[in-house]
Amino acid sequence: MANIINKRFIIPVLILFAIVFPFVTQNDYFIHVMTLSFIWMIGVYGLNLLAGYTGYLSLAHAGFFAVGAYSLGLLTVKAQMNFWLAFVLSLIITSVLGFLIGLIALRTKEHFFAIYTLCVGYILYLIIDKWDSLTEGVRGLIGIPAPGNIGPISFETPLSQYYLVLAILLVVILIVYRIVHSLTGRTYIAIRNSEDLALTIGISTMKNKLEVFVLSTFFAGLSGALYASFIRFIGPDIGNIVITFDLLTYLLIGGIGTLSGPIVGTVLVVWISQQLQFLQDYRMLIFGPILTLLVIFYPRGIAGSIAGWNAKRAEKKLAKAQQDERFSQSPISAENQVKEG
Amino acid sequence: MFLETKSLSKKFGGLTAVNNVDFTVEKGKINAIIGPNGAGKSTFFNLISGFHPPSSGSIILKGQDITRMPPNKIAEMGIARTFQTTNLFEQSTVLDNVVVGHRLRTKSNLLDAVLRTKRLKREEEQCREKALEVINFTGLEKVAGKLVGSLTQEEKKRTAFALALATDPEIVFLDEPAAGVNPDETEGLAQLMKKMVDKGITVCLIEHKMQMIMKLADKIMVLNYGEKIAEGTAEEIQNDPAVIKAYLGGSASA
Repeated sequence: MANIINKRFIIPVLILFAIVFPFVTQNDYFIHVMTLSFIWMIGVYGLNLLAGYTGYLSLAHAGFFAVGAYSLGLLTVKAQMNFWLAFVLSLIITSVLGFLIGLIALRTKEHFFAIYTLCVGYILYLIIDKWDSLTEGVRGLIGIPAPGNIGPISFETPLSQYYLVLAILLVVILIVYRIVHSLTGRTYIAIRNSEDLALTIGISTMKNKLEVFVLSTFFAGLSGALYASFIRFIGPDIGNIVITFDLLTYLLIGGIGTLSGPIVGTVLVVWISQQLQFLQDYRMLIFGPILTLLVIFYPRGIAGSIAGWNAKRAEKKLAKAQQDERFSQSPISAENQVKEG
Repeated sequence: MFLETKSLSKKFGGLTAVNNVDFTVEKGKINAIIGPNGAGKSTFFNLISGFHPPSSGSIILKGQDITRMPPNKIAEMGIARTFQTTNLFEQSTVLDNVVVGHRLRTKSNLLDAVLRTKRLKREEEQCREKALEVINFTGLEKVAGKLVGSLTQEEKKRTAFALALATDPEIVFLDEPAAGVNPDETEGLAQLMKKMVDKGITVCLIEHKMQMIMKLADKIMVLNYGEKIAEGTAEEIQNDPAVIKAYLGGSASA
């Protein structure tokens, strides 16, 4: 019961905090970092649906992130398309690509799947890097427009962009929450748990896996498109495998297969990284060991471990309640217990 | 004929795991498959439930050929199975494990989930009711809220039964349901199988516990080196020289 009250209380407080955050800090740089965190979170939620809830660790997500970003960039800069039309198109392009790659990739399992998608991600990166005539190669794409006006609302200022990204993030979280807490989510979890068992209870595993894979790339593409319109400049590096591992780090630290994990992990790692900027690449000397320890001792991350403790406590309480019930039903045996004790 | 295999064979490279097996499962009875280790019993189950495509032969359910159907389609046809290892999700409760078992009888999709449609709510309720029904049926109501990881081996087996029953099967295949379970609990599981038959569900099981099988099964098939060496009632099997030879070795006349 305490947990439910907790949840009901924490979520509105967090949303309220996110809404008032820009007014509290008044610091443009902090708002910038926070907006970026929100964008990463969308990508991490995508990865979480696939790796966390369905058990398929994809390492191609930076590739799909870059495809989303470059689709938006090319359609707005080179094709001069209306921003929102380009935005929707870039999501469709990423999802269709995800569907085609998923058809092949999902024939593999476990580490073979991870290695296959690692290669796919790298190929996507290479295409973006080498296809000079289309993507401008290492020079990158400059001058991507900010999100276009929706009616009277414009998104030219960092503050308005912060709220736009926050709104989209909240919708993404709502969607993921609803999926995870539905029969569809249970189906995905059944596949993660044991694909053989899922098949014997009549679940079409291929269809469901493909569904999650596409959804997952959709979120990666959404994240990429938002990134492109927020940073306004993109280079091939955003498709680099390093980005995939960044997303994965956020997910692992926060808690893979949990709903709050992507938020916890992303905020924590991004802010710690900011604080450790002065160490440059040496900050990995701190992150590396922390991540290793976490994976060994808390494989379910921060959110996962807390959920685990709560579940155990609830179970103990239940066991105790049942025991009490038994005692009250048969006072004689309870007396005997006391004597024996 | 309820379920029938016709000269069913499975070869893994040079090894013939199941060789020309003709077998019929009788409706509303407890059918058993026994045989020494490596006799091909589990492979036989895997062929019927669609996990391995047979090398030759056919499987017929109620007059319909289901030989090369994928496992999920076979489940929809009303064939459920359990595994030797229960494969359950240990970090989740019994109820949560069993709820998804009725998924194959529901239609709601991703869009229903995102929009929280009426259909989804109705079907979720339907799955929950089904789960509670089979949990009661298998005698797990006391532990429904417990994590599967904290259950006894027998309770895990019962949970696996419950999950199989949640698919609304006409026939369940149980792969060594009483393995690793003490004699008292074995009796309890035997009672549960009888209860399933009383409810109109046909049972087919693989088991090594002879005492249990001989008391329980209406019909027994004996496999040895992938071949059917005997088929009949418990009494017939016990007196069959080929069976005695397979289990005890030596010549049949000894």
